[in-house]
Amino acid sequence: MLKKIARILWKDILTEFRTREMFSAMFVFALLMVVVFNFAFENAPRDSILQAAPGLLWVAFTFAGILGLNRSNAIERENMSMQALMLAPIDRGAVYLGKMLANFLFMWISELLIIPIFAVLYNYSFTAHFWPFLLILVLGTLGFSAVGTIFSGIAVNTKMRDVMLPILFLPVVVPVVIGAVETSIRVLAGEPLRGMTDWLKILVVFDVIFITVSFLVFEYVLEE
Amino acid sequence: MPDSTPHLELFDIRKNFGLVAALNGVRCSIAHRDVVALFGRNGAGKTTLLKILALLMRPTDGHFQLEGVDARRDAADTRRHIGFISHATYLYSDLTALENLKFFGALYDVPHLEERIAQSLRDVQLWDRRHERVRGFSRGMQQRLSLARTFLHDPSLLLLDEPYTGLDPIASGMLDRLIERFHREGRTVVLTTHNLDLRLPVVNHAVVLEKGLVACDERRSRFASKDFEELFKEHVKERAE
Amino acid sequence: MFHKISNLLFFPLILLFPFSLYMVFVYAPEEATMGIIQKIFYYHVSAGWVFMLAFGLVLIGSIGYLVTQRRSWDSFAASSAELGVVFCTISLTTGPLWAKPVWGIWWTWDARLTSTLVEWLIYVAYLMLRAYVPEPTKRANLSAVFGILGALDVPIVYFSIRWWRTQHPAPVMGGGGYLDPQMRVAFFVCLATFTLLYFFLLGLRMKINEAEDEIGSLKRLAGSQA
Repeated sequence: MLKKIARILWKDILTEFRTREMFSAMFVFALLMVVVFNFAFENAPRDSILQAAPGLLWVAFTFAGILGLNRSNAIERENMSMQALMLAPIDRGAVYLGKMLANFLFMWISELLIIPIFAVLYNYSFTAHFWPFLLILVLGTLGFSAVGTIFSGIAVNTKMRDVMLPILFLPVVVPVVIGAVETSIRVLAGEPLRGMTDWLKILVVFDVIFITVSFLVFEYVLEE
Repeated sequence: MPDSTPHLELFDIRKNFGLVAALNGVRCSIAHRDVVALFGRNGAGKTTLLKILALLMRPTDGHFQLEGVDARRDAADTRRHIGFISHATYLYSDLTALENLKFFGALYDVPHLEERIAQSLRDVQLWDRRHERVRGFSRGMQQRLSLARTFLHDPSLLLLDEPYTGLDPIASGMLDRLIERFHREGRTVVLTTHNLDLRLPVVNHAVVLEKGLVACDERRSRFASKDFEELFKEHVKERAE
Repeated sequence: MFHKISNLLFFPLILLFPFSLYMVFVYAPEEATMGIIQKIFYYHVSAGWVFMLAFGLVLIGSIGYLVTQRRSWDSFAASSAELGVVFCTISLTTGPLWAKPVWGIWWTWDARLTSTLVEWLIYVAYLMLRAYVPEPTKRANLSAVFGILGALDVPIVYFSIRWWRTQHPAPVMGGGGYLDPQMRVAFFVCLATFTLLYFFLLGLRMKINEAEDEIGSLKRLAGSQA
């Protein structure tokens, strides 16, 4: 099964490598948000902007992620290839995992590219605490893609699919947003990861629960 | 192969969409080597039935057996033996012809995949264009590649949903020959059509669906084209009155 | 079936409603510092309990539907979600009514308020999802999946918000801790009234669903014969 999950992932990487649709949508959108934030906080004291920086980044990642998830679904809709995956002799949960990993990868890479640009524009340094921050980035993004992959599968079946995804997605990922923002603020302020195990646990628990349960129920989303 | 156990046996299959019943208890037995033409008006439940057989849809009630084994018990394994053709091509437009076949071949664990892909690409006359992206293919080429994709894993049961709709003459001739070859090789075919003017001499089993029920189920060694029309008129009219 | 039993609740409810009013406004003493404002607590907390119960039953209904594929479970989950949103809205509006005179503010991003708001949003999303999937079987499957994932999210939301808030001290919730014995009796009468009301309305709502289904199928029948 792992090999087939990897196949689905590789197929998405290959497609994305050629079209760059999902990636460019997410990257450009996140970049725009980072720029617009600057105008929104025009009169805020510089210190408070720096404090809010991790929060701004995660808001940008969240909304960019929604955009990317909508694109990711369009790929499987084009020639109804999602139905082809359903016809294949693999567990529907494996289809979920393959798509989820692909979504995770593209979101994560576009986040990694936004970070240096953010650092330059806001004169903010990530370098001192980069590795723990990277871990949080992985945990948070995994949560987004775990929920986003199954919810975008739900949203494509509704009458207003592009609007439905954020409505379903945003309230449910609240714990990820809180956890990621809290830990990012503290990690970037120099606190060691040891001091925030509760938060890391919440992120891990969220990821594990949503990946496992989605794996189990994904076939009900696909089957008519 | 012992022909005593039917290849496919449907036990009282029902499907409701909400309170609307699409299938009202379909019973049918399909033997090995049958080429079944499933007729019915729009909304008679043909596509619904085919989707249930392809395990794309969950029946509300009832079950069906493949080679005497309940099809949903090991659904993933059942799907290995089924080929399904509908109006969608099921191809990834941004992958090449070769990549598409490699991807699906790997999902089906096709043995000797490389040679098999080479053979099937030659069969559908796309070998020379194997490294081109599907997006640049004409509609007809995409349909041919889609056929190659369906036969790649050597299914023993082929389900076709309105297969002739929208096919160009080349692809449709290719499909005729494929179905005939399939029949010769001893496999089973079920195709739905609303077109009574079906010129497929290998059809040996006609089923007419009407309002979610089997109105007529006939096996003959051979059907002439006009037989379909007669059967259909006889059975569908009766119920309309 | 269910509504036949729940219909019987009509009679005790007729008596319980005036009785609970009596208990709250006459029997229970007035709170010393907050005065009459404190009376809202009986309704606020009762509504809060009912919406948690209702959301819990959405989870049960959703699992029940996926396992059995029976429409009645879907109807159960959907009706419970609707009522949950109604009672949650009551809770969310009575809260600020109480908070304004007591805390001096309508709203604060306190742990319980915030998590209630997020839960409300999850179930509003659930109802919107239902409204935008026209095909009933598909709707039932999709909303059951969302109902399960949404319900699993509720405790995670609760804990994450609680920890998030403990770092930013917020006004302490009133109403907890010691309750005057008479107040406690009044509170439990109120709680029982609300709980029975919920089950009564649940039965009614499910019956309406059935009637809608029946009308739908009759319409189709009439359409096909015309």
